[in-house]
Amino acid sequence: MRTLKYSILTLIGIVHLIPFYILLGMALKPTEDTSSKWIFPTNMTMDNFVNAWNQAHLSQALINNVIITGSSVVLIVLIGALASYPLSRFQTKWNQFIYLLCISCMIVPALTILVPLYSMIVDMGGINTYWAAILTQVTFQLPLTIFLFTGFISSVPRELDEAGSIDGCNKFMIFFRIILPLLKPITATVIILTGLNVWNDYQFSIFLLQKVSVQTIPVALSQFISQFQNQISWVAAGCVIGMLPVTILYLFLQKYFIRGLADGAVKG
Amino acid sequence: MKKKMWGSSTILNVMYVPALLFFAVFIFYPFIEGIRISFTNWDGYSQQFSYVGFEKYINMLTDKNTWTTMSNTVIYGFGSTLLQNVLGLAYALFLDQQLRAKGLVRTIVYLPVIISSLIMGYIWYFFFQFDGGAINDIMALFGAQPVDWLANGPRAVGIITFVNTFQFMGVAMTIYVAGLQSIPKDYYEAASIDGANWWSQFKNITLPLLMPAITINVVLNIIGGLKLFDVIVAMTNGGPGYASSSLSTMMYNLYFARQDAGYAAALGNFMFLFIAIVSITSLILLKRKEVKI
Repeated sequence: MRTLKYSILTLIGIVHLIPFYILLGMALKPTEDTSSKWIFPTNMTMDNFVNAWNQAHLSQALINNVIITGSSVVLIVLIGALASYPLSRFQTKWNQFIYLLCISCMIVPALTILVPLYSMIVDMGGINTYWAAILTQVTFQLPLTIFLFTGFISSVPRELDEAGSIDGCNKFMIFFRIILPLLKPITATVIILTGLNVWNDYQFSIFLLQKVSVQTIPVALSQFISQFQNQISWVAAGCVIGMLPVTILYLFLQKYFIRGLADGAVKG
Repeated sequence: MKKKMWGSSTILNVMYVPALLFFAVFIFYPFIEGIRISFTNWDGYSQQFSYVGFEKYINMLTDKNTWTTMSNTVIYGFGSTLLQNVLGLAYALFLDQQLRAKGLVRTIVYLPVIISSLIMGYIWYFFFQFDGGAINDIMALFGAQPVDWLANGPRAVGIITFVNTFQFMGVAMTIYVAGLQSIPKDYYEAASIDGANWWSQFKNITLPLLMPAITINVVLNIIGGLKLFDVIVAMTNGGPGYASSSLSTMMYNLYFARQDAGYAAALGNFMFLFIAIVSITSLILLKRKEVKI
């Protein structure tokens, strides 16, 4: 029974690693080696990585990704935390309506307003700019953020607010001095969840960021692939480079990644 | 005392004004614009257009592609929801036991969740591609002819559903693991004293107490599956023709390739209604089944 259980466990692990094994094998294999994808290369090469890095402009894409994700996450946390305090603490009819409005934006996919959104951003002169990409990303991550923050704030005892007000804090000071410092754990969750969404986003980036100078990794990869369909090992190397940053982060911080997700979901 | 303290808090509402501004500019205004555009024959870039009434909606409803796309979208939504929940729950039940290295396996199963869906789609494309695809290599070992897996619409839809499941089943698994750990162990002890077997314990204790987790997973997966986009673009780009297209990729295609912005906007509004109705209905139906501990 014990052996059987461990065999199943090993099998699950192997099955879920196979795609990454194939990808890595392809990326390390010299282009002239036409053996099966299942055979790991014996004469490994880094040429594919060098070609992918240069041809797909991945260094620029990496910088763009960092700029866009970094600025988006800062704005998301700031605006989201601010909005969540009154929405969770002062549940007047009006505020409940506003909250519902925010949350309902979570259910409906952003892509349904693709046409008017794109044409509006064209009119604003926002195509191929960082700011339009950042503001769009922030908007579509805010509902989830507000959902997580309000849930967390309502679990903070009101007595803390009252103690603050007895000590002479006004309502804004209560938020900044008492509530905000308590939000650290949920802020970590928000940063991870929304940061990943923005980092990996393709559906907006593909039409907002078309020029090489502003495009992010997913956009760069998709253009690279349509250009070099025959150089499949370059494409594989590009994919490895593209997934490397988040994978490394995940392996070091997996506790936060997995717990953050479970917390976020179960609170709902 | 309390009333006085919380009474004059209206001023704090300025704190959500920035968030509302974002929603107003990037969601509410475009949403209303989208309704207007759907009644025009605008091409997406020129200044000229005229109002054509319900023409684009009639086009949409009489277009064969809409219905193929619609049924694909339903399969992506409900097919991957079913698969993710069955597999996620099975994995969670299995990993809920005392096993060494189960943390490592959980890490591996969850890994695809954090990777871009586009890259995930490309990786699986290497398996299903015709020339030198990893699956065809195995077929060749057994002397079978290579198959062009993604050239057949219904088969491509199945494969894409599978890829989406593979990528996100780690989420369902993680939520079920957390749900299982929240069930008090003495329920099971009491049940086994009463002689209940594994199946009846599962049916009468585990499943009812997991209802909140099931609700979250099902709703999350339905929403995720109905809006599927990246994986489809990476694997088939909706093809052949519209055979594996979802509402998202079809709308994208209508707008950027066919330059029929009016039609694309009409389809967008239709998709909005459809997804809102489906996800809210399933949320209400599932919430009713939840029990309190």
